[in-house]
Amino acid sequence: MRTGGGLLAGLAVIVGGILLASLGVNQYLYFAGYVVLQYVVVATAWNILGGYAGYVNFGTSAFFALGAYTAIFLIEAVQAPLPVLILAGGLVSGLLGLGIGYLTLRLKGVFFSIATLALSVVLQTLIMNWDYVGGAKGVTVIRPGGPLFGNWVTLLFTVMVGLAVAAVTVAWLIERSWVGRGLTALRDSEEAAECMGVPTLRLKLLATTISGFLLGVAGAPFPYYVTYVEPSSAFNLDYAVNALAMSMIGGTTTWIGPVIGAVLLGTAQQVATVTISSELNLLIVGVVLVAFVVLAPEGIMGLVRRARGR
Amino acid sequence: MFSWDLLANAVVAGVLLGGFYAAVSLGVSLTFGLLDVVNIAHPAFVILGSYAAYAMNSSFGLDPILTGVLLTPLFYVLGAAVYQMYYGSFERRGEESLRGLVFFFGVLFIIEVSLSLTYGVDYRLVEAPYIGKSINLGGVGIAVRLLVPFAVGLAMTLALHLFLSRTFYGRAIKAVAQDRLALRLMGANPVQIKTIAFGIGIAAASLSGALLVTIAPVVPSTDRDYIGRVFAITVLGGLGSIGGTLVAAIILGVAESLMATFFGPSWSLAVSFGILLLVLAVRPTGLFGR
Amino acid sequence: MVRGLLEVEGLTKRFGGFTALNGVSLDVKSGERFGLIGPNGSGKTTLINCVSGALSSDGGRIRFEGRDITAIPAHRRTRLGVVRTFQIPRPFASMTVLENLVIPLEYAAGARDDGAAEAMEILRTIGLESKAHTRPAELTQIEMRKLELARALAAKPKLLISDEAMAGLSSGEVDHMLTILFRLNERGITIIMIEHIMRAVMLFSERVVVLDAGERIAEGTPDAIVRDPAVEKAYLGD
Repeated sequence: MRTGGGLLAGLAVIVGGILLASLGVNQYLYFAGYVVLQYVVVATAWNILGGYAGYVNFGTSAFFALGAYTAIFLIEAVQAPLPVLILAGGLVSGLLGLGIGYLTLRLKGVFFSIATLALSVVLQTLIMNWDYVGGAKGVTVIRPGGPLFGNWVTLLFTVMVGLAVAAVTVAWLIERSWVGRGLTALRDSEEAAECMGVPTLRLKLLATTISGFLLGVAGAPFPYYVTYVEPSSAFNLDYAVNALAMSMIGGTTTWIGPVIGAVLLGTAQQVATVTISSELNLLIVGVVLVAFVVLAPEGIMGLVRRARGR
Repeated sequence: MFSWDLLANAVVAGVLLGGFYAAVSLGVSLTFGLLDVVNIAHPAFVILGSYAAYAMNSSFGLDPILTGVLLTPLFYVLGAAVYQMYYGSFERRGEESLRGLVFFFGVLFIIEVSLSLTYGVDYRLVEAPYIGKSINLGGVGIAVRLLVPFAVGLAMTLALHLFLSRTFYGRAIKAVAQDRLALRLMGANPVQIKTIAFGIGIAAASLSGALLVTIAPVVPSTDRDYIGRVFAITVLGGLGSIGGTLVAAIILGVAESLMATFFGPSWSLAVSFGILLLVLAVRPTGLFGR
Repeated sequence: MVRGLLEVEGLTKRFGGFTALNGVSLDVKSGERFGLIGPNGSGKTTLINCVSGALSSDGGRIRFEGRDITAIPAHRRTRLGVVRTFQIPRPFASMTVLENLVIPLEYAAGARDDGAAEAMEILRTIGLESKAHTRPAELTQIEMRKLELARALAAKPKLLISDEAMAGLSSGEVDHMLTILFRLNERGITIIMIEHIMRAVMLFSERVVVLDAGERIAEGTPDAIVRDPAVEKAYLGD
């Protein structure tokens, strides 16, 4: 896909999103659409580190929640506007990514993964002890009046469309650049990549930071979306499992994979949550994840490639 | 608010807790420390053991630790089956790191959600005659519900150590950790050996799960509290060292206990994470690692 | 005083209680064909890992073109011109042969544009151009070894360290690889050859250093080495 064509497509999606929003269709569609788009961002962000570089982050929830809680902090402190919340959420989570990466990426990838898993639990504990943002009992967030499009859900939906396009664009740009090639090399054989001149540590830190940034960006609008935030929902393990499952299902080597996975699995989950219990729905996600990783680890895109004979 | 009494109590409680933590970590010390299989689902198997003990206790009044012991063969088989699946899907193809991790994460999730579906999210606890009792030793109160798991934990550590150093299969497990080819020459099949080791690891989870529910009530998500602890202990102790696991577990137990006593219980999880990060940053081979 | 291209001084490396290298020193001159041999476990690959930067040493210095590179990370050493191949080939499995070469071209040799044309040239030199668009998984044993070499070449090495590139190859294939290496040396690339195949080392090297149990036990021309009783003892025992 050429750069010009890609940019045009992205713009088209944003315009389409705004048009859809102005139509004022059934509120629930925006509500559900927001979640699916949120997962597009989360899965794409995860995949930049997990799929491109091969470093599995199990603490996706931590980065997402940190974005949400940064937003809450800024809302409580200075009633910052949404764009500031998004930027700040991204920056803080990006820094977290850099920090964790710096501490663990010099060791085997496994230790990075273990650290991210533990990170989520610890961060949740810290937040639960911080009363300013609600502590364990949670906090109610008041949406300021007069939003664009007349109501907040529609506005947030549109914002998420934009963020999804932005995230996918970032992934796409990375993939076709020399950075993307370097990440692929280090995923295939880190030792060989390093000996062929690839600055592996620096690239890993870059991927971790960008991934963290995008996750924080996804989390920042969350407080306004749910209006009541408590740690157990923001730090829900679902984010980690879904980011993984969606990327695996779609295919981890290219930007389209997480998008396909997020749309498919995200929509399926929205449907399942209203038809069967949400817990059963989660169980299915887990089973689907294991099934894919065992049977079709290269995901749908992998199957497509095989079908094309490449 | 400091007092020597408080300190002594905290340290003793920490040591007892450490013995229990060692029991929980033994399985990972075996599978990750010796076999390089990153079974992050181990805490989920522990919780499974907890719920099994709870089920037997609430339905039949069986002593939880007895249940834990009785179920070890079942868990052993479960562990062997899981390893076979892992081996066939990943290890044989050389793709163990990324996909193996994801596999175990999926298993963790499935176990947790299944327990949630079956038992809901209320706290479950067991009842046994020794829970609630306490011994007084020189001014320090020792809760029996901590003492029993501590003793069992020590016994498990000793048993595993003896197994690894004195029996054929135990030595084979240590050998496979170091040199697969030599093992073949010895006439043993590495995959079979690893299956046995993994089975033992999960069997240990059964018993340590019973210990867990003896100490405190559980919910399905309790397993997450132990992921950080178990890996912090395994890494701090040094990969491949069973004795190191015990030492590290006690260190962690005491650290957490002190933290909980003087700063509040909610900070105890941060301790294990902090230790994990510290060890990884400063001395990744741990105290006694190879 | 003519300085060597590579100067290794008192290099020491320990793994826990085991000393893999014990104060090894050696000099390689620019343009030289240098052989490094020794029985299994003598420390040859450890030495190479320290020189290339894959491992950090516990003592001693490494100088390249007069500059101390002991503390410089591996990817920077590659950019300076120290390039090694791997004993067991480590290709980038998800890329084609051509794409494998583009990585070092871009990262080590600093090619700004799409390095495909240059990569094809290198493949032609090595004799792999017909496989440019295949995946490494489909290559034969010798083709994999050639890919290792081609990839190393793409990094524009001043010093090329070939780590047992010929293990397991047939006699004809060994000759073929030797021809390629000679050709590369004629172009001005200094080559350190680590090999077990004595015939190859003897034919190729101008000078040979022998390691045993982490120490340097002999140095000289291939003929002198072959007659050295210390070398014979190291390989055959008492």
